[in-house]
Amino acid sequence: MSARPTAREEILARMRRALDGAGEAPVPPREYRRSLDADADITAMLIDRLVDYKANVHHGLASIAAALGDAKRVVVPADLPEDWRLGGAEFVPDTGLSTADLDGTDAVLTGCAAAVAVSGTIMLDTGAAQGRRAITLVPDHHVVVVRREQIVGHLAEALPMLDPVAPQTWISGPSATSDIELQRVEGVHGPRRLDVVLLED
Amino acid sequence: MSTRIVPAASLIPADAPFPKAAKVALGMPQLRKNLAHATGTIRAKRANVAGELDDWESLRDTASAIKADVQHRLPELAVEFERNATAAGARVHWARDAQEANEIAARIVREAGADEVVKVKSMATQEIELNEHFEAVGLKAFETDLAELIVQLAEDKPSHILVPAIHYNRTEIRDIFDQKMGDAPKGLTDEPAALAEAARQHLRRRFLSAKVAVSGANFAVAETGSLVVVESEGNGRMCLTMPRTLISIVGIEKLLPRFADLEVFMQLLPRSSTGERMNPYTSVWTGAREGDGPEDVHVILLDNGRTGVLADEVGRQALSCIRCSACLNVCPVYERTGGHAYGHVYPGPIGAILAPQLEPGRHDDLPYASSLCGACYEVCPVKINIPEVLVHLRQQGPHQAGERAAMRAAKAVMARPRLWRAALKAARIGSMPWRRKGFLRRLPWPGSKWTVSRDLPVPPKEDFRDWWKERQR
Repeated sequence: MSARPTAREEILARMRRALDGAGEAPVPPREYRRSLDADADITAMLIDRLVDYKANVHHGLASIAAALGDAKRVVVPADLPEDWRLGGAEFVPDTGLSTADLDGTDAVLTGCAAAVAVSGTIMLDTGAAQGRRAITLVPDHHVVVVRREQIVGHLAEALPMLDPVAPQTWISGPSATSDIELQRVEGVHGPRRLDVVLLED
Repeated sequence: MSTRIVPAASLIPADAPFPKAAKVALGMPQLRKNLAHATGTIRAKRANVAGELDDWESLRDTASAIKADVQHRLPELAVEFERNATAAGARVHWARDAQEANEIAARIVREAGADEVVKVKSMATQEIELNEHFEAVGLKAFETDLAELIVQLAEDKPSHILVPAIHYNRTEIRDIFDQKMGDAPKGLTDEPAALAEAARQHLRRRFLSAKVAVSGANFAVAETGSLVVVESEGNGRMCLTMPRTLISIVGIEKLLPRFADLEVFMQLLPRSSTGERMNPYTSVWTGAREGDGPEDVHVILLDNGRTGVLADEVGRQALSCIRCSACLNVCPVYERTGGHAYGHVYPGPIGAILAPQLEPGRHDDLPYASSLCGACYEVCPVKINIPEVLVHLRQQGPHQAGERAAMRAAKAVMARPRLWRAALKAARIGSMPWRRKGFLRRLPWPGSKWTVSRDLPVPPKEDFRDWWKERQR
């Protein structure tokens, strides 16, 4: 019985026909940089980029309380270190909170997986102290703690630090839009405030 | 207070040939002003951040070669992606064309018990006219990207790949919100921050209660079965995280072999498109993850003419496009006409080579919507040689009887040296009255076909042959 080919069979057959006689695939050259120069001050660069994105930068564990500001209810991943829960806020561990519950919190406090200096990018892969994606999205204020050893200069150094198949969110500053006359406006649908706390060791 | 907004797309005839549509667009002074402002701003930003990287050219070379490699190995990579995404809990569908993709998407929405979806900005869904199809079958699609929302509210069409509402200024956007967004705040000003806040309020509840989202993808990683969406506002994260069902419609050319290839493309794409070192948010997901985000995850791999493009040895490089839109912003033609005049979802230089290849026989006039200045090739992060493909498509496309006759005549004359010399002499004598001006503005028909949009230089007093002969003496 010869049924009509499925879309899959047909598209694959079209591809093979199109490539008939196309020859060998080229081998991509890899001449580009994979790291910054050894003397680059990556922490200073990260701070510069974050400030450029209108994120606030704080230093040291004790500054977490100030970074949280006047937030009253702060959602945290269940595995967030106890000694990060500083200040007068009520810390609500995420044990599968509903969307409405999340929407009722003022801020979220998490760690991260890596931070890239050259582009000011903080990467989450739902690993330790990061929680699921919704908790860093629904609250209007995200406070993220970055440890010194998580900072790398270049994107190529950060990717191997991520779990490639875990859900990832790469964050470069607070939510923003440039849709109106190409003028950047911070704060649309994601957290409108981003505070970064740098821990020296 | 607010002026009635007339959607630009309703004024510029999409089905008209490019020269006609362009003429209409050129007669809209506000449109031209908005376009010149926006493209100028973004050009400067791009040049600035591209210039920061001392290995920019190496990155372009690598990106170009990776994309060529993907095209050569497309069947193998598509199957690898399917296998890995499926193993991670996604359902992978294949769609030969727009109709099939739309039907699959609509069926999934129904099976999820929904009659509306929230949408992440996606060129693929615009290309297949998913919103229109959904409306025809009784489903609603809500755009959530700010610019797409503006365009949808205005009942207009996008005019730019990256910033679809680029043809509106802030006051016009305020007026659109005022007139078309039921819950727009009273006394809304035209401050961009106030407009963004209005959009946030308008969409918030919809995000938090949506059952189904539809997205595209910037990249599909074969090695892991992951999809990548690059955005700014967080509307993408909302759509990709909050609903139970997620449908992603992905052109087969979006494949990348390895996860590590993102280290190349995620340097090139944000710097080329918005002129930022990195876009605010990038989401990467692989199938479904228990307790985190959508449980019911679908990927629709879309052909819709792409395998036809793949078959053209010169033209296939158009499939390398990562939709950054840098070529639009530097194009002297796009900057003056805007996107609507192209009559296709992909405007500008990339549209001029993609549209006629995706829909053979239509848009044959688009390869001529260019002065072949080459600025597009210089900024393209994946080094698509757009001028080369433009010329290639011009050669392949149909030529009018008049042009064919003129070329035949020119060939006959040029093939006979004596005739050619006589023709040159005749041209020199015939153009004598205009010698002082240096060019001809208006020729009688059929020469008027040429001079309607170009000046014709007057032949010089003495030609090279005569000059050489004189010199030899």
